[in-house]
Amino acid sequence: MTPPNPDLAALPALPRDDAGPTFAAPWEAQAFAMALSLHERGIFTWPEWSRALARELADAAARGEPDDGTHCYEHWLAALERLVAEKKVVAQDELEQRVDEWDAAARATPHGKPIELKRP
Amino acid sequence: MSHDHEEHVREHDKPLSGPALRVKALESLLVEKGLVDPKALDAIIDLYETKVGPHNGARVVARAWTDPGFKRRLLTDAAAAIDEVGFGGQEGEDMVVLENTPKVHNMVVCTLCSCYPWPVLGLPPVWYKSAPYRARAVIDPRGVLKELGLLLSEDVEVRVWDSTAELRYLVLPERPAGTDGWTEERLAALVTRDAMVGVAKVLPPKAAAG
Repeated sequence: MTPPNPDLAALPALPRDDAGPTFAAPWEAQAFAMALSLHERGIFTWPEWSRALARELADAAARGEPDDGTHCYEHWLAALERLVAEKKVVAQDELEQRVDEWDAAARATPHGKPIELKRP
Repeated sequence: MSHDHEEHVREHDKPLSGPALRVKALESLLVEKGLVDPKALDAIIDLYETKVGPHNGARVVARAWTDPGFKRRLLTDAAAAIDEVGFGGQEGEDMVVLENTPKVHNMVVCTLCSCYPWPVLGLPPVWYKSAPYRARAVIDPRGVLKELGLLLSEDVEVRVWDSTAELRYLVLPERPAGTDGWTEERLAALVTRDAMVGVAKVLPPKAAAG
């Protein structure tokens, strides 16, 4: 229940619109587009997506992470990872292995060169 | 294989890390499994970065101001009316249009995170996704509006609408004075994103120009 007389002065300040880019980084756009694309493919329904996102937000709040809107796409990505694992599309260990492979490839790539994943 | 994403990595001028690395890994797996097409991803990004934006919603509002029949349809079946203008829903969610009047001011929030009428407004601004807006819009709407520069008189009723994944809201602002006889196109140029979220009014042309 919301208290009848909340201490309004104690509320956090509103960040003002910076009219900046829609996505703060390319990965945010990629994560956004992947969720839309998988939904269009029928991998999950939009209510399923909404619940997955709500769960990540609740978990982040439970961990005491600041919730100022700037981490929205991190939660978005976490929801996407969990949902594709639950839908048995990409298993968690499969993803972790691929993350390690990309990490190794990125470290082995000289600065300024495109990062390529060597496939056997 | 597309190298567009490698371009992004180079732009960032540092090794892949954190979420960027995880997105890359997830995307490469999904592409291999044939579940996402890199070109389709680029098309979605391009659509939301450049083509879909508040100008879509502004056209819907301007048509409602100039065409009473359209306005009636918009208020009774928003999704179908918006489809008429050519901005179909992306997610199959339902849409409701809320009409502001001299006595009622509607404002929209998503207390969950970022539910927003994408097809007509594009992607939400940072403040819309922020915890302060999401929490305070519900408990102190007048305070939030005041902070955003909109002072409403005490006799105006403020209604706050909480969006969900299935139901999105768009505010139909009041048509400003001094626009009699204006064309739809000219009116649309006055309509701002903030007015359609319900945290601002559409300003009369003099104020907008000055």
